[in-house]
Order: sequence, then structure tokens, then C-alpha cells
Amino acid sequence: MPSDIIMPQMGESITEGTITKWRVGVGDTVERDDPLFDIATDKVDTEVPAALTGRLVEILVPEGETVTVNTVVGRIAAEGEAWSLAETAESDGEPVPADAAETDGAPAEAAPETPESPSSEEGAPPEPVRRQPRSSPLVRRMAREHGVDLADVPGTGEGGRVSKQDMLAFLDRREPAAAAPGPEAAETPPAPPAADTTDDVPGLPVPVPEPPPTAPVSLDGDRSEPLTHMRRSIADHMVRSRRTSAHVTTVFEVDMSRVVAVRAANGPAFEERAGVRLTLMPFFAQAAIDALGEFPVLNASLGEDHVVYHRSVNLGVAVALPDGLIVPVLRRADERNFMGLARGITDLAARARAGALAPEEVQGGTFTITNPGPFGALFGTPIIAQPQVAILGVGGVHKRPVVVDGDAIAVRSMVFLALSFDHRLIDGAVADQFMASVKSRLENWPEGDIKP
Amino acid sequence: MTPAPPLWRLDLRPLGYRAAWDFQRDLVERRQRDEIPDVLLLTEHPPVYTLGKSAHRENLLESPDALAGRGAEVVETDRGGDVTFHGPGQLVAYPIVHLGGWRKDVHAYLRALEAAAIDTAAGFGTAATRREGLTGVWCGAGGSPRKLASIGVRVSRWVASHGLAFNVTTDLGWFSHIVACGIRDAAATSLAAETGHAVPLDAVADRLADAFAEILGRRLVPAPDDLPMARANAGS
Repeated sequence: MPSDIIMPQMGESITEGTITKWRVGVGDTVERDDPLFDIATDKVDTEVPAALTGRLVEILVPEGETVTVNTVVGRIAAEGEAWSLAETAESDGEPVPADAAETDGAPAEAAPETPESPSSEEGAPPEPVRRQPRSSPLVRRMAREHGVDLADVPGTGEGGRVSKQDMLAFLDRREPAAAAPGPEAAETPPAPPAADTTDDVPGLPVPVPEPPPTAPVSLDGDRSEPLTHMRRSIADHMVRSRRTSAHVTTVFEVDMSRVVAVRAANGPAFEERAGVRLTLMPFFAQAAIDALGEFPVLNASLGEDHVVYHRSVNLGVAVALPDGLIVPVLRRADERNFMGLARGITDLAARARAGALAPEEVQGGTFTITNPGPFGALFGTPIIAQPQVAILGVGGVHKRPVVVDGDAIAVRSMVFLALSFDHRLIDGAVADQFMASVKSRLENWPEGDIKP
Repeated sequence: MTPAPPLWRLDLRPLGYRAAWDFQRDLVERRQRDEIPDVLLLTEHPPVYTLGKSAHRENLLESPDALAGRGAEVVETDRGGDVTFHGPGQLVAYPIVHLGGWRKDVHAYLRALEAAAIDTAAGFGTAATRREGLTGVWCGAGGSPRKLASIGVRVSRWVASHGLAFNVTTDLGWFSHIVACGIRDAAATSLAAETGHAVPLDAVADRLADAFAEILGRRLVPAPDDLPMARANAGS
């Protein structure tokens, strides 16, 4: 019977590892103590040696995948053991008896701190003959401790494999009382059905219990690829931000006709002088920066027990990239004149798309503008870039019939501006006053003046 | 009371990255066979960008050819971590340490490397700290974080190699061509940039060696002159 190869625990605080390389292929033989696979944990790469001389019969965790400590990553058959590859291949999709791997004993060296103790199992009576789904030693231990039959737990992994999350979810359902996290949760009113709806309701934020992560199910013909570093960073940041800030979004409609006229009248001369195309973005940036001067609480960062009001406005401008998103920061944007803003934003965006930003150019932002408009969106509800407390989303500028001067209807260039703010620090009234100031600045832009 | 186990200190400066790597591999094998005690190799490399095993090539913001034009080599190496830079003015410490004789905990070892660098920075009047989840040593707590020292380690049969790169008078312009360690919000700094004056690399090496030995509970002694291969390999 082949032995499990498990993800070793390389330190007390280490809960998972990424397999970076299998040094031996399925069917190849390996000598005891020779490198079997490499793992990466944080800033450490480790070579894991084979615990016995034998043949690698199965790789369960491919290169590039991250799994928790004690997960079975492959199986190795000892030298001389009668174990054909065909047999393994057959059993691949099939459930294997749960006790098979356990009584076998994990390789001692590959698993220096495995909680599994092979000897403790030996005297145990044989399990009833019931097909058991695949699982890791950790999950099997949880099953034993809670007296759960693994066959009762719906597995979401490949081939019905039962993951730790599956087990936790199962235990949650079975023991709702025991699963309640604590007194805070007990006071929580029933959560609204969809977490997203809280965004649009200016009011007290409702704590939403964090759902357990669901593993994606991969079907025949599906393609699975590891996440790029950028995608992982974005994913981590977005989730962290939603967990950190009490997001509320307030939406204002702004008449941009005056700005559009100013731009049309002064654009060519401006572009000749400044050397960059005059877009609407510097107008929004200028209005926001001026309004931030009036309402400094939106240009702040929130710590656990203190708030930092930033002296300068370091303006983040979100730039979409083919494979993600980056937010370069225009430092001390409040010290720039209009032309300096226009030049700075154009330069940062161009270099962001060329991948030529220096690391310090994407950090230290204090307020962010994002632009979900170009593909036709009316407005979005942006997620705050931590540790900032507000982000302004600029929708597309479109001509619309609007009621003006009493009862007249006119065609005006309109835009929706959506401000997501952290309700922990900023009250709805202040956020709306800020937005009213931005609106007023844009609608009353001095004729012919684009602040040279 | 038994005396603390020895830690051989070996200074080889400057030393090409590949030569140092070869030498480290040799030391690791000797350490695994218990032919030598733990060793602390202190060096300084000619300009080189290195990519760790988890490196993303997109974190090199220029092509290897363009970087070669600037006088820097690009090497794919086998330590943990992403992209980093080594070059003149940067103290590089490669401790070859058997973690089985210390603590079998690679994260605890990373924290020990950080502690040594933090102590060293403090010795020159610079406050440096850890950042949760971002291995390395940082200045500018509370404000904009700047990375003073980078860490990347390889462990083979519990023998650690690679280690710590500490910017002393490093020209920080080199870091603008990479996303250092794959962390986009990380600016690089140096002891010189933090203190406003140049600090001699020797003095930093002394302090770091003392701090590291103390944290690991080792007795710092000079490596024997006849440490085999030490100089033979140092040429390339």
C-alpha cells in the first residue's frame, strides 16, 4: 500500500505551503533523502526529501498550488511493494478506504510534525465497510474528534474530496450553537440577504458574517490556471478593504455642460501649451482636491484608535490594465496647478500602462479617483483603497434631457459621481456636503478659466 | 555550562553572485554532513538582479538586456521570495545554519534574521521594524514604509542558506527598475538615506554579525583560513 506524502509543517505559525516543483515524476523511483519536491512558504523555499526509497505513484497537488499543512500531496510506494501504476490510475477518481492511508503511516521525515500517529490506529477495530471520500489527515482527524462519518460530508474538491472548509461547513450546519463565533455575533441582527445591498443604503452599516470560502468546482473541459501575483494582490486587497471599512456609496448627478464648454473653448490652446491632451479627468481631480481642502476628514486614514489627517493630497488615479488594475499616486496634487494636474495624471497613466512605474509611485495615496465610465456605466460603487477612507467614482459623461430654469427642458452633459466612503469615520452628512461642494465647483467652473 | 556552539564568520568582499551561490551550496552540503559548524558569510555583490523561486518576471520592469546595459546581471536563483537587487553598498549576509541545531521553524528563523537587521539599524541610530505579513525590515513606521533589508531563504534538510540583504549606501536608483519583492507599495531605503550620512560597510558587518550570533545563541569566531574551497571558488 503506498504511503501518503504530506505537506510538512515548517514552523509553528505556518499553515500552508505552495508546491513550486516536483523533482520526481509519477512512476519514477526516488532514493530515501533525495529531494522529492520543493515548497515555498512566505520568503522560504524548502526542499522536501523522500522519506523512503521507492516509486512515486501519484501526485495529488500539482506545481503552483497552495495547500494547508498536512494535506496529502502525493503517494509513494516503498521499494519492492507490488503496486502498479494502472491500479493507481484506476483508483484515482474512486474513493479510497479512509483507514488505508492512516494505518499506513505518513513518511516520518516528510512529516516531522504530523499529528497523525500510526500506532494509535493499529489497535482500532476495522471501520465498517463503507466507501469513504478522499480527505486530508487533518480532515480525518476532525472527523474522528467530532464523531463524523466522512461519507456523510459533501465534498466539493476534485473527485468529491472533502476539504477542511467542507468539514467546517458540515460541522456548522450540524452544530449551529457551537458554531456561533461569540457574543458579538449574538447581538448581530439578522443579516440582509445580500451583503451588497448595504452599500447603497446610507445608514448604519450592518456587520455581515463572513461566509466560508467555497472552492471552485472544476468540470471536464474547464481550464484552471494559477493566479498571477497582481491578481492575487488585487483579490486580497479588495476583500480586506470590504472587511475593514464600512462602505457606503452616495451618488450625485452633476451638470458638466459648463466644463465641457470650457474644455472645448480652451482645449486646443491648452494642449499646445501643456503638451498633453486635455481630458475631463483633471477637472474632476481639481474639484475633488479643492473640496478635500474644505472637508479634510475625507483626506485621512483610520487606524484602530486614531485618525491621521493628511497634510497633502496624494491623489490615486485608478488605471485599468489588460490584466488588472493599478493605482498610481500623484503626490502633493494639492500643490499643483491645473496644468500640473493634467500633465501628472497623463504621465502616470501612460507609465502605468507601460509597466514603468517606480514602486514608490503606487504607494502613499490619501484619496483616490476611479473612472468606471468609459464603457457606458452610469456609475459604480467603488471599493476604498486601504488605508484611505474615500474613493470617488466618475461615471460616463452623457447628454441627457434635464429640467432647467423652472419648467424648461434642455439637453445637458450629465455625469453621475459616486463617492464610497468609510462610514466608521465619515458621517453621511459630511460625505454629502463634500459631494455638493464637488458638484458646485464643476457646475460653476469659471468661464474660460482652466487655472494656468 | 556548555559553551555556545561556534558560528564561523567569513568575510569575502566583493564576491560575484554566482560564485557566492556555488560556495553556499558547497557549504550547505558540508553542513548537512556535519563537517563544519554554522557559518556566516558576509559579502557584497557587483550589481545583480535575482529572481527567487516564487518570482514573477513581470516584476522586472525592464528586459534582462536593458538591465545588462545598465551594468547589472539577471540571475534566477533558488531562494524563496520574488525579485530583488544586490550591488555595491549593500551588505549581504548568508548564514549557513542547521535549523535542527536551533529551532526547526523556518518562520522563527526569518524573525531572527529580521531581529538582527533591526538591532543593526538601531546601532546606527535608525529605527526599523517588521511589517505584519511582509518579511523584511522596514523604516518609516506609521508613514510611508521603506524597505531597508530584504530576506530570502532556502532550506534543504533543515540547513538554511541565502539570507539577508541590508542596504547601507546602496544607490537606490537600482530599485526603480523592479517591483522589489513583488510588493508594489514598497520603496527601498538605505542606512545612508535614513541617517543622512554614509556609514562604512565594515562597521555594519561587525554589528550585524554580533547581533545575529547573539540572537541565535552562537559564539562568533573567525572561520579558519584554510576553509576548503572558500577562496578557490571566489574567482568567477
